[in-house]
Amino acid sequence: MIAALQALLTRNVHALNWALRRLAAAPLASLISLLAIGIALALPAGGQMLLGNTLRIAESFGVRPQISLFLAADTDRRTAEATGARLKNHLRVREVRFVPRGETLKRFQAREGLAEVIAVLSNNPFPDAFVITPRDDGPAALEQLRDEFSRWPKVEHVQLDSDWVRRLDDLLRLARAGVALLAVLLGLGLVATTYTTIRLEMLARRAEIELSRLLGATDVYIGRPYLYLGALQGLLSGLAAWLIVLAGTLAVRGPLGELPGLGSLQLLSAQDSLILMGFATAMGWLGAALSLFRQLRNTS
Amino acid sequence: MIRFEQVSRRYPPDIAALLDLSFEIGAGELVLVSGRSGAGKTTLLKLIAAIERPDSGKVLVCGQDIGELKSALIPFLRRNLGLVFQDQKLLFDRNVFENAMLPLSIIGCPAKEAARRVRAALDKVGLKKRERALPAELSGGEQQRLAIARAVVHRPGILLADEPTTRLDPASATEIVTIFRDFQQAGVTVLIASHEQAPFAARSPRRLLLERGTLLAEPDSGLSRP
Ligand SMILES: Nc1ncnc2c1ncn2[C@@H]1O[C@H](COP(=O)(O)OP(=O)(O)O)[C@@H](O)[C@H]1O
Ligand SMILES: [Mg+2]
Repeated sequence: MIAALQALLTRNVHALNWALRRLAAAPLASLISLLAIGIALALPAGGQMLLGNTLRIAESFGVRPQISLFLAADTDRRTAEATGARLKNHLRVREVRFVPRGETLKRFQAREGLAEVIAVLSNNPFPDAFVITPRDDGPAALEQLRDEFSRWPKVEHVQLDSDWVRRLDDLLRLARAGVALLAVLLGLGLVATTYTTIRLEMLARRAEIELSRLLGATDVYIGRPYLYLGALQGLLSGLAAWLIVLAGTLAVRGPLGELPGLGSLQLLSAQDSLILMGFATAMGWLGAALSLFRQLRNTS
Repeated sequence: MIRFEQVSRRYPPDIAALLDLSFEIGAGELVLVSGRSGAGKTTLLKLIAAIERPDSGKVLVCGQDIGELKSALIPFLRRNLGLVFQDQKLLFDRNVFENAMLPLSIIGCPAKEAARRVRAALDKVGLKKRERALPAELSGGEQQRLAIARAVVHRPGILLADEPTTRLDPASATEIVTIFRDFQQAGVTVLIASHEQAPFAARSPRRLLLERGTLLAEPDSGLSRP
């Protein structure tokens, strides 16, 4: 049992070793092909980075979704205060501003044209209101909050200033689909590239593969170094893409540093970075595996 | 150890490489499979290593039926064999040490132990001092000895050598026959296919004489035929 594990470990170390030496044997060629794939992968990775920053960017232009809550006209002061306190303590509310009905009246009276209309009315037609900035400003969260607030006592109407949020969300959704599509396409490109690389590699080493078979090598043994090579190429391409995105982010941060939001442009999140590397590694491995499957079946 | 029961192997279109062949070889024997070129010697060895499968009859190696053996199990059969190929199949981009190492890498032998065994095998065939040389830098005899070292480095129970003395001068050929004898003495079952007789005459091993795929002479001794 221990001997079998040790044998497995030895074989894996051999295979990884071989793959590393294979890349190091032609450093320039390896670097160029890694960069080519890296640049391609940098597109969706960079897109993902920008997506992660959209809210930041939107905020830098001073837009932030809000909810307006209007109380019923006959609401007494205590209920109004209680509602205000309840909003302030609400976990999903970031900020609340109370707009008393008197203030609204004054604002409307100041407006030309409206002043006369209001003067006709015997008493103040405006209700007390709150302007709420939620913590989570995704459209779904906003709508959930609206529904919740509507059920509160003496709440007459809750309004989302969510038109632009919805539009931005639609755009984001489109952009996310675009990034995903790009990632899939370029991932397929990575699979195809690795497929070809491994095919050529195996053709160049056909004699050795044939011989290994005759000496009792299993397909798993024969294939292992190529799987490592494919996965390694994928991983390094992913790393190249990550570095390109990093360089791009830092480059944008510099000159735009004064712009709020852009100056604090965040790098790819740790999770996205891991996904990028994992995806690239998996695609490289897959390309190698497909290639192996074909080659080994053809030669057995 | 090895048993053929009415084994036939045909190649398209209509070549009977082996025809209705039956014999048995016990553990620790040294057997010379002789016959002219085209007699079926290589095919016989290939059947034992499951490189070819019989069209009819049974080939039993260590109790396993080669005709029935699942493809996935063939590698494990081969790990108990040592093969010296007619065309040697050395890797010319690897040095002597690395060539001899290959079977040990395949079985996953730990590096230190493997290095020790490779050196022992190279020592056995007199190539210890050439371990860094490339095969192209070796003489014909040295290349053949490297092929033998690679065939025994993993200590197989059966050694199959196809034309191991062909292309060698008589002195080198005799040396190689001596090496095979030593392996036999160490308990390895040895099968040598050769169209030559001279290098083996002094040793008079048991001989299977093939002619056009059938067995002519068995079992007596190597002296039974010129
Ligand atoms: N792969 C093959 N395809 C067709 N014919 C073959 C093949 N291998 C061997 N033969 C034929 O089978 C016969 C026996 O060949 P072989 O076993 O190589 O003989 P030997 O090793 O004794 O010279 C020969 O006639 C040879 O031409
Ligand atoms: Mg032959």
